[in-house]
Amino acid sequence: MKKRTMETSLAGHSPRLIRSVERRLFLRQGLSLGALAMLSGCNLTDDESVQKVLTRMSRWNDRAQGWLFSQSKLAPEFPETAITKPFPFNAFYSEDEVTIVDGKSYRLELSGLIRDKKPWTLPELYALPQTSQITRHICVEGWSAIGKWSGVRFSDFLARIGADTTAKYIGFECADDYSTSIDMATALHPQTLLTFRFADEILPPKYGFPMKLRIPTKLGFKNPKHIMTMDVTNEYPGGYWEDQGYNWFSGS
Amino acid sequence: MEDARWVNIHPLIVRITHWINAFAILIMVTSGWRIYNASPIFPFRIPDGFTLGGWLAGALQWHFAAMWLLVANGIVYVVYGVVSGHFKRKLLPLTPRALLHDVLQALRGKLAHEDLSVYNAAQRAAYLAIILCLVVLVFSGLAIWKPVQFQEIAAIMGGYEGARYVHFCTMALMVTIVLVHIAMVILVPRTFPTMITGRARRVS
Repeated sequence: MKKRTMETSLAGHSPRLIRSVERRLFLRQGLSLGALAMLSGCNLTDDESVQKVLTRMSRWNDRAQGWLFSQSKLAPEFPETAITKPFPFNAFYSEDEVTIVDGKSYRLELSGLIRDKKPWTLPELYALPQTSQITRHICVEGWSAIGKWSGVRFSDFLARIGADTTAKYIGFECADDYSTSIDMATALHPQTLLTFRFADEILPPKYGFPMKLRIPTKLGFKNPKHIMTMDVTNEYPGGYWEDQGYNWFSGS
Repeated sequence: MEDARWVNIHPLIVRITHWINAFAILIMVTSGWRIYNASPIFPFRIPDGFTLGGWLAGALQWHFAAMWLLVANGIVYVVYGVVSGHFKRKLLPLTPRALLHDVLQALRGKLAHEDLSVYNAAQRAAYLAIILCLVVLVFSGLAIWKPVQFQEIAAIMGGYEGARYVHFCTMALMVTIVLVHIAMVILVPRTFPTMITGRARRVS
């Protein structure tokens, strides 16, 4: 409406006037662009409807990453000389607050769609066939570091306990009150390892004693440490960071 | 209303994709700066006031939502530009000699802008460079997002860490060109409504 009035009123006026109106229009549009730019400094993300769209897009990105994920695409492996020393510590707490788990009384609890739910002791887990990998750990913050982890291939372990591998998710509860969950396709990837050693030594507490699920096809926060229970399920389990807005799939 | 004094110089599709692109880039750059701040690769941080998302998770949500808009819009624009001959007509030919000549003219404030339907060599170079920057940004972004699934792309850039440098430096180059572009629009304001209405005054 407004625009049409301006157009009709502009017709028949001198080019100079038109130019000055154009300039005014330009300035006003420039100002609104500036306002938009300033908005970006505020927390636009807190707006409910905006957040709804962003959350929906994040779910869409979960699906897109599921399609992109290839069971046979292997994460690059590195020589021993490429290992990052010292390997960075990272958690939602500081290094002096690391949880100490008692290895003697430790039992890995299994629940959900699993045939044999017998809890596992550490000696039993250590007795399983072990394999090693030197891969890049990539943090959601952007930094990365190369480390060596050893343990049992997770797909072998799932077969051994009779997990229903047609289920959608595996959720993990950890001794440090952390939790996360992964898709079954990633759980069955040949490089997904249930690890007990870091750099050929028993996992120190800061790297997740007694065990860390090492997934080189996912970001670092999807690699749970100090795992206490494992749940095979079709109900979306979420996770500590996922529930706060980090993308659930977070694949590499 | 047909008016003999006006001529349509920007096709509708170019105007629409231009503004969607501008919006997508604004989101990608400001959210990207917030993501950069979580683990800077250079000894500086971007002031939080210029960033989008509030915190890392929010910035990542914006970045990975707007990337679809940027890429989908970019594909429409590039396919149109190639198939319709728009690129060939408007952005080519571009010779180093013409570019040097026009840049020097621009620095002296003597660059001719009478006919907005023809881009001078400096404009052609700038617009082509922005398109190329965006292509590199998309591919380095894919390498950072999916360094395992797209490891072949990452390998070209020196792996995951290399791709982070390519992504940031290309962003810096693109933002610089965009700032020059905006400065030029401010110096020649009548180009601005033309990018909205498509119409410019006919050169007599």
